[in-house]
Amino acid sequence: MKKDFEIIDHTADVGVIAYGDNIGQAFSNAARALFSLITDLDSVAEVVYRDIELRATDEESLLVEWLNELIYLFDTENIIFKRFDVTVLPNVRLRARSYGEKVDSLRHQLKTGVKAATYHTLKVEKGNGCRVQVIFDI
Amino acid sequence: MALPWREIVNKIDDYRWEIPPGYKPGMLVPGLVYASESMLDHTWHEQAFEQVANVAFLPGIVGYSLAMPDIHWGYGFPIGGVAATRVSDGVISPGGVGFDINCGVRLLRTNLTGEEVRPRIERLVAELFANVPSGLGSEGKIRVSEKELDQVLIKGSRWALDKGYGNARDIIVTEETGCMKGANPDKVSRKAKKRGIPQLGTLGSGNHFLEVEVVDEIYDQASARAMGIADVGQVLVMIHTGSRGFGHEVCGDYVRLLGEAVRRYGISLPDRQLACAPVKSAEGQDYLAAMSCAANYAWTNRQCITHWVRESLARVLQKSEKEIGLEQIYDVCHNIAKIEEHIVSGRKEALCVHRKGATRAFPAGHPDIPDIYRDIGQPVLIPGDMGRCSYVAVGTERAMKESFGSTCHGAGRLQSRSAARRSLKGSEVARELAARGITVKAGSMTSLAEEASPAYKDVNEVVDITDRAGISHKVARIVPIGVIKG
Repeated sequence: MKKDFEIIDHTADVGVIAYGDNIGQAFSNAARALFSLITDLDSVAEVVYRDIELRATDEESLLVEWLNELIYLFDTENIIFKRFDVTVLPNVRLRARSYGEKVDSLRHQLKTGVKAATYHTLKVEKGNGCRVQVIFDI
Repeated sequence: MALPWREIVNKIDDYRWEIPPGYKPGMLVPGLVYASESMLDHTWHEQAFEQVANVAFLPGIVGYSLAMPDIHWGYGFPIGGVAATRVSDGVISPGGVGFDINCGVRLLRTNLTGEEVRPRIERLVAELFANVPSGLGSEGKIRVSEKELDQVLIKGSRWALDKGYGNARDIIVTEETGCMKGANPDKVSRKAKKRGIPQLGTLGSGNHFLEVEVVDEIYDQASARAMGIADVGQVLVMIHTGSRGFGHEVCGDYVRLLGEAVRRYGISLPDRQLACAPVKSAEGQDYLAAMSCAANYAWTNRQCITHWVRESLARVLQKSEKEIGLEQIYDVCHNIAKIEEHIVSGRKEALCVHRKGATRAFPAGHPDIPDIYRDIGQPVLIPGDMGRCSYVAVGTERAMKESFGSTCHGAGRLQSRSAARRSLKGSEVARELAARGITVKAGSMTSLAEEASPAYKDVNEVVDITDRAGISHKVARIVPIGVIKG
């Protein structure tokens, strides 16, 4: 089976490479990778959803802003997301609905805090499908 | 096999290695790495040299792109990096400060001895863990409105003091007296404020900690005495945290904004995370004003936590705070950019000094350090990992001449977090520490495994290099007996 994402080793921080048939799917898998760092996603139910709309100057920035928006929602609303419907539209815009639930300390064991997605060695590569790479500050 | 760094770097002496500007076209100054020869293989493998070279591209950079011996691979800047740019025609880079703006360390002294505290250490650690909110997703006990938060951002430690957290002396022995001037909350996004409100007065997670320490060895009696450190066996408390989600959001906002400015000002950079703008430009000034807000948030955070530490010790030891003698030794920031005067080519010049995982280390007599330390130099607080030890040092003249008054900030990571998790479980780490007389309480077993000793360089070696290179001078070594991890 084809992998959705992989975690790459980095001395202080953690990198993620995510794949998809298209850019929206790759962005969605990068988001799953992000929340899999925070907790075991099998323990998370789909109870609430949030809609996000973004615009950026290029696709790489769009990826960073998308992930940082999710970190922002986790930080301010304590929501862990596990499923994402992401559509990347013309003019570097993104529209997404993300499903998950609020942190319940009895059921969710929180692992690693993520401060932000960075621009360091950031990549969005399209060809046969899409491959994205991002490094998180932990 | 000899690694290629030998072909690239020039050895200046046993602790200084130069990366010549020819290494990478576009470098405006050479790089200078403080390290022992045995550390350089690792530094090369993780491409930290490359990052030191990339920082040397920043317009207006003077002297060297510096790396302290705790250097490790970061994003944009290496962690342990120092870069000074001219205010007149140089740039400021949010990536040169990092996401955790004014992450820093505070050290408190006590009149207590390890013998007195050890029998009650489990209770003390439990009390501290309950009294100081920590861990991922934790919320603070302080509730502020958005309007009140603006006061925190403007006043820093003073805000906490006015609310009854701490005493006036704490502020005197805090870098910048706990308040960066020029903080302007209007330059901070609403999102940053929304992230900051619930997290004020929290320790956070990851490498942040609260430690009860015992003095293990004193190298410089006079300096130690000036700091209220009298004897081996004396108990101290160390606090390591920063500006939490507030700072992360400020950094993210400005990396994005300055990323756009880079194009407008026609600056070419080898890494987008180095995004920057002229110090004097509107964008640069806006970042400085927002960064100062985050710095003030962090000082307020450490000030409130200090108050709860005092409460907790008094409660568990059933003594008054006065009897315990809980006084602050000093508070340093190790992720910050500051406008400072330094001598460049024999002339005084205003510089923007970026310290990303580096500590200010001003020498004796410098006007920016408190009177009580005027004769010994600014205290430098260097946390190691929880299984080894930490250091207290002082700044030197040599640091002023060579490293823009900067030295190392910690041990520096050696292993990635996943590698650390693979080698040890959190519960094993706790057991091993307990066997050595160190009581640990952590919000998450994962973070305990990630922060275990083998994940870090040996802080003894790192601090010895800065001491021998002369950019800071060792005063005392302290070892943990109680650890709280987020």
